[in-house]
Amino acid sequence: MSHRTPTGRVQGLGSAQHGVDHWWAQRLTALALVPLVIWFCISLVGLVGADHATFTAWLSTPSRAVIMLLLILATFYHMKLGLQIVIEDYIHSRGWNITLLVTNNFVCVLLGVASAFAVIKAALGG
Amino acid sequence: MAQVERPLSPHLQVYKPQLTSVLSILHRITGVSLGIGTLLVAWWLISAAYGPDQFGTTQSFIASWFGRLLLFGFTFSLFYHLCNGIRHLFWDVGWGFQLKTAYLSGWVVVIASIGLTVVSWIAGYVSKGVL
Repeated sequence: MSHRTPTGRVQGLGSAQHGVDHWWAQRLTALALVPLVIWFCISLVGLVGADHATFTAWLSTPSRAVIMLLLILATFYHMKLGLQIVIEDYIHSRGWNITLLVTNNFVCVLLGVASAFAVIKAALGG
Repeated sequence: MAQVERPLSPHLQVYKPQLTSVLSILHRITGVSLGIGTLLVAWWLISAAYGPDQFGTTQSFIASWFGRLLLFGFTFSLFYHLCNGIRHLFWDVGWGFQLKTAYLSGWVVVIASIGLTVVSWIAGYVSKGVL
């Protein structure tokens, strides 16, 4: 028999201390994405049908490269958070749930890092 | 204890679809679609890192009818999720919960996302010199 109090047993478990972290991060990335996405859409209009040289020349401006990196960071973080919620809400089988949650993290990080590298490489001269 | 088959709530099928509920689920649907669209954007960026040939292949895929179809769906999803996301951010600070306001902001989102999709496609064709 344990002599621990009920409060002692649950302290540090569950969502204690970090319950709103996911919610907050989702809103913060959403707020960051508002100007970033608008900037990206306007930029894309000018890049319709662009060839490689035009694209790398466009990205070679430091400000553009930095904004692209911020966009990539916010996008993949926001995407990871959003898809996580969808998986948690709709995939009830425990095995699939965990498999998809792990896959979601790996795919988002992989694509985020690959996209960021691509931007840096193009920005530094293709 | 044996699991008792209890009724689950809510029974979505007994409700008449309303603007607010349709826009709510559309936010999730467009969110998942954007996940797929982001794969395309990542491919576009990564192909640029591989060189002119690979980038050219990606650009010509996007220019194909299927690529344009994907891009059109992506554009609408992006503008819808952006506009409705801003609506959500206003709700997060406690603004716009009155029924009338929620419906009004809902229609603003519908009109704005369709409008922005059309305007950006026209701008794209003008930029390419087709229009």
